[in-house]
Amino acid sequence: MPDTVYELFKNLGVWLTSGEQWSGADGIAHRLAEHLQYSLLATLIAAVIGLPLGLLIGHTGRGAFVAINLASFGRALPTVGLVVLVFLASGLSMWPVYVALVALAVPAIVTNTYAGMTAVDPDVKDAARGQGMRAHQVLFQVELPLALPLIMTGLRLALIQVVATATIAAYVSFGGLGRYVFDGLAQRDLVQVLGGAVLVALVAVVLDLALSGLQRALFLPHSRLRSSGGTPTRPA
Amino acid sequence: MTIDWSWIGDHTDDLTTLSVSHLQAALSAVFLGLLISLPLAVIAHRIRPLRGFLLGLSNVLFTIPSIAIFVLLLPVSGLTRTTTVIGLTIYTLVVLLRNTVEGLDSVPAKTKEAAKAMGTRPLRTLLTVELPLALPVIMAGVRIATVMSISLVSVATYIGDGGLGQLFTDGFQRNFPTPVIAGVVLTLLLALVADALLVALQYVLTPWTRKRGA
Repeated sequence: MPDTVYELFKNLGVWLTSGEQWSGADGIAHRLAEHLQYSLLATLIAAVIGLPLGLLIGHTGRGAFVAINLASFGRALPTVGLVVLVFLASGLSMWPVYVALVALAVPAIVTNTYAGMTAVDPDVKDAARGQGMRAHQVLFQVELPLALPLIMTGLRLALIQVVATATIAAYVSFGGLGRYVFDGLAQRDLVQVLGGAVLVALVAVVLDLALSGLQRALFLPHSRLRSSGGTPTRPA
Repeated sequence: MTIDWSWIGDHTDDLTTLSVSHLQAALSAVFLGLLISLPLAVIAHRIRPLRGFLLGLSNVLFTIPSIAIFVLLLPVSGLTRTTTVIGLTIYTLVVLLRNTVEGLDSVPAKTKEAAKAMGTRPLRTLLTVELPLALPVIMAGVRIATVMSISLVSVATYIGDGGLGQLFTDGFQRNFPTPVIAGVVLTLLLALVADALLVALQYVLTPWTRKRGA
């Protein structure tokens, strides 16, 4: 282990920028691709579960209690424990990773979708109904477009949390950027541990900035539902 | 997957010790977070240009994965409880700072003007008028930060701490689900109880928010 923090960061710089570290099956490029693959698939599954749930709760106004409690349950659930538990129950497969990541992402998606739906002006919904729109037309042509900015915020927050937590895949022997963190911890190679941590943090921060920028470009000009950043359920 | 109840019976002392250590880490973080975010929130509330900077900075910190924060702190504070608490504190800041600023924003301007007109000095207005009125929003932040911290302590198991999180590593290494289940259930229980106590505390601290004439 290097003697000084200065030397540590110098080695870290070398680790992050050397060409050989980026290529091959254990290279950063491959680990990054794995990491993004886990994260995107898990967020997609969570969206398939969470979006209809949030829309339903928001549209009918029923089950708000469930939505709020789901969020605080999601906050309280220890992800590490969940991964290990599903791992012990299902054996060596990708299941534990996806179950844990989806469980993390669903509350963020449901609560923000629900929040977006309830923020739609009731007068607008009344007007739509007064014009003779059916319930499903009100939902898909009025409420959904108006709630879209907050729904997108929920998806973004979910994705960031999932990217941060996908590190855990390496704990149960899979790939992704977490590989460096856990291998480094096992080998007492602090440079590798820090390298992995820095990469995960960078991916999360860059993705968050890029997506919020995209969101602003898409919605700001004609949006009345501006959120102050939505409600993250918790960091990962 | 079955629960080995005899293991739980044999390890009640360990489970209690770990729960206490777990709670201690989480509560220290929330306390430190409050200590840091209260003055920062007052600054962010009073000085507009700093507000965006402080809130933006805390949002960026929030996106950094917890395992990364703990690991990045290793060169500074090593494999210690300090690392756990600093890491958790950084996360509580996001929630506490935002909620405290929003709480201060929610105090009606007329109330502050009335305090000023009565000759109350700024610091006294802050302590006896603004902060009490901001309390419901601040307490909402404290509740979120507490539940969040209790859940996150277990991540510190990778750096050798982690309270109940140690049960996860233990169960994983021995391929034995009982400690893992016990750890998950106890974490949820701690979060639930802490949250309920904070609701009760808020009820006691803010008598004026209760329905009048009841």
